[in-house]
Amino acid sequence: MAKATVKIPTPLRPFADGHAEVAADEADVGSLVRRVADTYPGLKRHLFTTDGTLRNFVTVYLNDEDVRYLQRDATPVKDGDVVSIVPAIAGGAPPARAQTPPTMLPVVPNAPSDALDRDELRRYSRHLLLPEVGVAGQKRLRRAKVLLVGAGGLGAPAALYLAAAGVGEIGLVDVDEIELSNLQRQVLYSSADVGRPKLEAARDRLEALNPGVRVVTHPGRLTSENALDVLRPYEVVVDGTDNFPTRYLVNDACVLLGKPNVYGSIYRFEGQASVFDARRGPCYRCLYPEPPPPDLVPSCAEAGVLGVLPGMIGMIQATETVKLLLGTGEPLYGRLLLYDALAMRFRELTLRKNPACVLCSPTATQHGLIDYPAFCGVPAAGAAPAGDGLPEISPEELKAELGGDDPPTLLDVREPNEWDIVHLPDAHLIPRGELADRLNELTGARRLVVYCRTGGRSSQATRLLLDLGFSNVRNLTGGITAWAQRIDPSLPTY
Amino acid sequence: MRGVRLPEPLRAEIRAHARATYPDECCGFLIALPDPAGPDGPRTIVAVQRAPNEFEGERRRRFVIRPEELRAAERAIESTERVVAGFYHSHPDHPARPSTFDAEHAWPWYTYVVAAVTATDVPALRAFELDAGTREFREVPLTASVPADPRVTENLRASGAR
Repeated sequence: MAKATVKIPTPLRPFADGHAEVAADEADVGSLVRRVADTYPGLKRHLFTTDGTLRNFVTVYLNDEDVRYLQRDATPVKDGDVVSIVPAIAGGAPPARAQTPPTMLPVVPNAPSDALDRDELRRYSRHLLLPEVGVAGQKRLRRAKVLLVGAGGLGAPAALYLAAAGVGEIGLVDVDEIELSNLQRQVLYSSADVGRPKLEAARDRLEALNPGVRVVTHPGRLTSENALDVLRPYEVVVDGTDNFPTRYLVNDACVLLGKPNVYGSIYRFEGQASVFDARRGPCYRCLYPEPPPPDLVPSCAEAGVLGVLPGMIGMIQATETVKLLLGTGEPLYGRLLLYDALAMRFRELTLRKNPACVLCSPTATQHGLIDYPAFCGVPAAGAAPAGDGLPEISPEELKAELGGDDPPTLLDVREPNEWDIVHLPDAHLIPRGELADRLNELTGARRLVVYCRTGGRSSQATRLLLDLGFSNVRNLTGGITAWAQRIDPSLPTY
Repeated sequence: MRGVRLPEPLRAEIRAHARATYPDECCGFLIALPDPAGPDGPRTIVAVQRAPNEFEGERRRRFVIRPEELRAAERAIESTERVVAGFYHSHPDHPARPSTFDAEHAWPWYTYVVAAVTATDVPALRAFELDAGTREFREVPLTASVPADPRVTENLRASGAR
C-alpha cells in the first residue's frame, strides 16, 4: 500500500465534492482509481463502462507516464505518486452516406462508427468468444499500429497472422524483390509474384486477406537517418531482419523511442524469440553488447534454413505482438525462447538487464543512433561487397583466362551441399571454414581464382590466402551466381 | 443552463480553421476565464487554440484530441487564471448538431462548440453541454457579446484576437 494522490480533471470535480485531488492508500493504479470512484460514486459512470472497465476515452497517467505503457491497472504506486485522470476528447459528424453531396445532409442516426460492424463481428467471432479478447480487445487490435521490419521469412507469416487478427495498421519495411528462392518459406508470396517488389505483393495479399487492414509500405532501407521517423507512429515493432546492422538499429531506435521490440531470428534448424522492452527488461544490447565478427555468422542465403522454421518463429512474434496489444498474458520480457526444430524442443533462458548497457542502463553513454554498418564491421547495405583493395576478376575475364594457355586454378569455398547443386568444372572444393587447415591442397597452384555463391565468403577467403602468403589470388566478383547469369545460363542459381 | 459567450474574433478563427481542414474535421480548445458568477453563470471564452486531429482513420467525420495534447494545453495556462473549458470541432457537410458519437464521448462541464462547414461556407456555430444525468447533449445559448470586463478584453488581446 502506498499513499498517492489522484488528480481529478476539472469536468469531474463537481462529482467529487469539488475536490481537485483526492489522496488514497492503494497498491496499484487500478485500485486507486476504483477507490476514488467508490468514494465518489458520481464519478463512476464518467470513468467506467457498465462492465467496470475504464472508458475508452479515459487515460490514466502515473506521474508523467501513460499507464497503458506501464502495467496498466496493475502498475504499482509508491508514496507520493500522482495519478492523473485525463480525458481524450473525441467526436465527429454522423456516419457519412456512400456519397456525400456537397450540400447539408440530415443527420442519419446510425451505430456509432467505433462499434464493430456486422462483418467484423462475424470475421472475428472466434476472438470475440475469448474473454481475453472480446469486443474491447478486438477494437483495440483495430486501433493498433504495428511495424514489421523485413517482409521476408519472419515478416511474411507474422504479417499474415496480424492482418488476419485484425490489426488496424501494418507497416512494412523492405527493399527486396521476390525471388524464386524466397517461396520455400515466405508464404506471403506466390509464384506469380516473382520479380515484384515485396512490399507491393505483400500489400495486395494482406488487403485481400483482410480489407479492414491498412497496409503502409516503407520502401527503402531502414537507416540511422530515417529509423526514428519510420518507427515513431507505431506501437509495436517486429524485428524480422536478416542482418546485424539493421537488428542493432531496430533495437536502438526502439529503446530511444520507448517501444517494445518483438525479436526473432533463425539459423538453419534453430530459432530464437524474445520481447525486448528496455522499460520493463533487457534490450537486445543487454543480451549481445557487440555483434559477432562479420564472417562468423552466415546469413540464410549462405547457411540455408528450414522453410518451416521462420514460420514457427514469425508466428511466435505475431502471438507476442497480439498479447502486447491486448495487454494480456505473459510476454517474453526477459526471456529468450530457443527452438530446435530437429530435436523438436523449446528451451528458455532468463535474460537480465545489463547494468552497464551502453543504451538502456542508468549509465548509458549512447543517446542516439550510430553508424551501424561500421559498428558491425560490414559494408553498408547496398554498398559494393567487401572487396576493397582485393584483387578481383569478372566472370568475363575468367572465361577468357580459362580458355587461354595458362588457366588459373579455381577454388570453391562453399559448403559441399552447395557444390552438389552446382559448381564450375575443374574447380577444387575447400569450404571456407576448413581453408586454413587444408592449405597443403593448394601448394601446386600458382594462380588462384576463389569463388562462392555471390562473392562474400570468397572475398574473405581471398583475404585469408593473401595474408598467408599466396601472391596470386583473385576473387570472382558476383560468385557462381554472376557466372551463371552472364556466362553460362544453363547453370542453376540458388 | 448556462450561456456561452464566444466573441466574434474567436468565431472567425474557428471558421478559418474549419475551412482550412475541410473536408476533414478540425478540432481545438476553448479557453475561458473562470466563471465569476459561479458554475451556473455564463462562460466567457477568451481564446481558442487549434489542436491536431489525431483520429487514425476517416478524419472527414471523426476527430480525436489526445490526452497529452489536453495536458499540454492545460499546463501552458496553469499559471494563469484561464482554464480549458471545452472544445470545438467541425462537421464537414453536416449540420452543427452533435452526433450520437459526440454524446457518447463527451464529458460533463465542458462546452462543446460545433461548426457546420461546407466547401464554400461555415454556415453555423452552435454550443452544447452534456447533461450529466442523462448523458445527452443540450444546446446552450451562444452569444457574441463581450462583457465589459477588463480581464476579458485583456485576454482577448493577448490571444491575438482583434
